[in-house]
Amino acid sequence: MVAAVLVVVLGSSAVLCLYRIGRGPTTPDRMVGIDILGVLVVGFVSVACIMTGRDFVINIALAWALLSFVGTLALAKHLEGKGFDE
Amino acid sequence: MSSWLGTLLLLVGAAFDLVGCIGLVRLPDVYNRLQAGTKCVTLGTCLILLGTAVLVDCPACSVKAILCLLFVLVTSPTAAHALARGAKVSGVPLWEGSVLDQWEGTADAGRDERP
Amino acid sequence: MKNRITLFTVCLIVWLLLVWPFGRSPAGVPDVVAGVLVAAVTAAIMREISMERADRWLNPVRWFWAAVYLVVLTYYIIRANLDVAYRVLHPAMPIRPGIVRVRTRLKGAGARTLLANSITLTPGTLSVEVTPDGDLFIHWINVTATGIERATERIVGRFEWFISRIAE
Repeated sequence: MVAAVLVVVLGSSAVLCLYRIGRGPTTPDRMVGIDILGVLVVGFVSVACIMTGRDFVINIALAWALLSFVGTLALAKHLEGKGFDE
Repeated sequence: MSSWLGTLLLLVGAAFDLVGCIGLVRLPDVYNRLQAGTKCVTLGTCLILLGTAVLVDCPACSVKAILCLLFVLVTSPTAAHALARGAKVSGVPLWEGSVLDQWEGTADAGRDERP
Repeated sequence: MKNRITLFTVCLIVWLLLVWPFGRSPAGVPDVVAGVLVAAVTAAIMREISMERADRWLNPVRWFWAAVYLVVLTYYIIRANLDVAYRVLHPAMPIRPGIVRVRTRLKGAGARTLLANSITLTPGTLSVEVTPDGDLFIHWINVTATGIERATERIVGRFEWFISRIAE
């Protein structure tokens, strides 16, 4: 029951994010959507860790958090029109 | 007892996530969206991770969830700052209802040096 | 050298927290050896990460203030979220956004980063830019003060004291 509520709420949040990514009038709007979606997925995966009861799933959340952060920084650098090595 | 607490944390966290995403869709310009999105989704995800740490029955996983929480808490505002700066430098205008912009016209606007 | 040792210790602690099988089985020697190797390689490669005065990490007074600060920050984060929820869910969306300029006395890069991140997480404010001379440009969702002194007092004032004790 609780699991269903969580999946519905988080899923509709993700759909709203996707709406912003698809619609978003400017490029930074889409990037904000991608950033937020990345953090959202961390929460989703950690809920999945409880629901499936498998311990390794939390590692996916950790790795996703790391990758999403690096990706967002790369996007932001791209916005400023600079290379990624600064 | 702890299972009730964990479930409550999960539900409240998911609710904050939803509010943040509604803000992402409703608010008028990229800076406002970034505000709502970053604040609410950060807290929401942190609460979900805390709930996971309480509910999950292997101590190592709880430690990993707490590490993940700290990481999200540190990186999410940093990413928001980078995105806001990128949006401003690349010239996205503020919403027309904005009351002032003290950056526009200063010597610092869009300069490259960072502390 | 001090930098390298601090970095090595931090890496090793994080590694051990990640691989330690708390309560299940005794930790294997290979895990610890691998951690030492990885942390050593990281500390050797990352010459660009500089921690100014790394020995400050050992000062317990700073850790005490950091713990107090975490509680204060949690209070502001929760207030910020209720504030955002009110503004977003209100049918008329009561916002008066704008970018204001504030000033900080904090000097260190770490202290300023902490301040900018704290500002982003607290009610109605988002740091857009930090200039080298200590000015911050803040996107404020509900501008209530336009002068630099008043805005500084409202946005920066509540954190500066703590951060100067933690990281300065």
